[in-house]
Amino acid sequence: MKLVIFLLALLPLDRLIYLGFTDGLSANPIEFITRSTGTWALVLLCMTLAMTPLRLMTGSSQPIKCRRMLGLFCFFYACLHFMIWLWLDQNFDVVAMLKDVVKRPFITMGFLSLVLLMPLALTSTHWAQRKLGRRWALLHKLIYVIAITVILHYWWHKAGKNDLQTVWIYTGVVLILLSCRIPMIRNQLTKLKPR
Amino acid sequence: MSYKDPQILPSDITPQAVYEKRRQLIQAAAAGSFGLALAPWFSREALAANPQSLAATPNPLYAGKDDLTPLKDVKGYNNFYEFGTDKRDPAENAGSLQTRPWTITIDGLVKKPMTFDIDALLKLAPMEQRVYRLRCVEGWSMVIPWDGYPLSSLLNKVEPLGSAKYVEFVSLADRKQMPGVNSPILDWPYREGLRLDEAMNPLTLLTFGLYGEVLPKQNGAPVRVVVPWKYGFKSAKSIVKIRFTEEMPVTSWYKYAPNEYGFYSNVNPNVDHPRWSQASERRIGDPKGIFAPKIKTQMFNGYSDQVASMYAGMDLKKFY
Repeated sequence: MKLVIFLLALLPLDRLIYLGFTDGLSANPIEFITRSTGTWALVLLCMTLAMTPLRLMTGSSQPIKCRRMLGLFCFFYACLHFMIWLWLDQNFDVVAMLKDVVKRPFITMGFLSLVLLMPLALTSTHWAQRKLGRRWALLHKLIYVIAITVILHYWWHKAGKNDLQTVWIYTGVVLILLSCRIPMIRNQLTKLKPR
Repeated sequence: MSYKDPQILPSDITPQAVYEKRRQLIQAAAAGSFGLALAPWFSREALAANPQSLAATPNPLYAGKDDLTPLKDVKGYNNFYEFGTDKRDPAENAGSLQTRPWTITIDGLVKKPMTFDIDALLKLAPMEQRVYRLRCVEGWSMVIPWDGYPLSSLLNKVEPLGSAKYVEFVSLADRKQMPGVNSPILDWPYREGLRLDEAMNPLTLLTFGLYGEVLPKQNGAPVRVVVPWKYGFKSAKSIVKIRFTEEMPVTSWYKYAPNEYGFYSNVNPNVDHPRWSQASERRIGDPKGIFAPKIKTQMFNGYSDQVASMYAGMDLKKFY
């Protein structure tokens, strides 16, 4: 199961490499790669967030076993997204990059999301989980904050061109997934579990 | 004697180019990118194989030393929200645009308001080919050989009154032909504008073609303006109306976000867009390849000699 997910989660990267070799990355390849990796990071974030509701609804622990890998892949695509921007947009000029981070709210949100993802990725091991105990669960609640900063990043990026259709869809998905954490809704989900 | 199957319409026949690449298509399908590989074929109307040519004499003053952007990128990567917001949408959807019959009505503060038929416009002045840099406000650029003549040749015909200070361009907004007009992204029709001296500047080109062929629909057929020292959105496409006014026209993007898209919108590396820097740009189809670094954006997109004097004494940070 985990191997299947691993291979599936690599498909977006495989696709970019394939398109790169077949001249399929559109007229603006860098923008294409940046947007594609950003979108897939968001999709994987949504999938990570979907695992707990899935567990509640099915009663199976299978989704939780996949959660870490999905989260790490979200981090992986977020890193690619960031590195492409740092390299090809900012030319590795860290000072210019930090200026942009401070000056432009949509970049602030994107950068903040990546920074917040780091401790989660670093503490994703069983060892860290044991070491941190109850604090681990608390720390990993950061993912809810990240979901919101990511949506703001996406929203503010698109807002200037009034091109918000896709952003609305992702916002809807994220809001539904977050609302599954509200105790009342959570209880309702648990009732769906087959007995 | 050749046999013709009456059941097969000419439009049903798979283009030879597609037929010859069928094995690649099958491989592409196996690799899961069928939709993408076939997209150009499905949009074959917009990317017609035999475009109409347009005779134009190259103008050596605007030959330029920049590498031209490949035609497929010029035709396949467009912002033309009347046909959708994705860069590939115009090439896919613009096939439905009817470019004949077509007229431009010119009125407002002029001595002789007139309506010109597109065929009359094509013959109004000698057609030149000029290579211009096109800088999009989004931070990318192209180099395109446009075919047309200075807008002033047309504007002089209607004899503007002394009170006319601005020129407004109105683009077609027809729901039936333009699927994008159904979404309230902008307050349709698309409106753009120039100060009268900008509109009369010899650089401002009334454009009917590119690369020696009639304007592809996704590039603003049948007639548009090209204002090379301003961000691309200032160059209105598929124009149906030109109006002379005393007041500064309220342009579409200005109306939507005045802090992002000013009336002037001159290319200026020193004035940032609120969401990104305008100091550099990515050249589409850069011959140095995908990972080519961005290039420096030039003041007035490199046309300072011809246009800077129009803005002498103006604070370009304020009048962005």
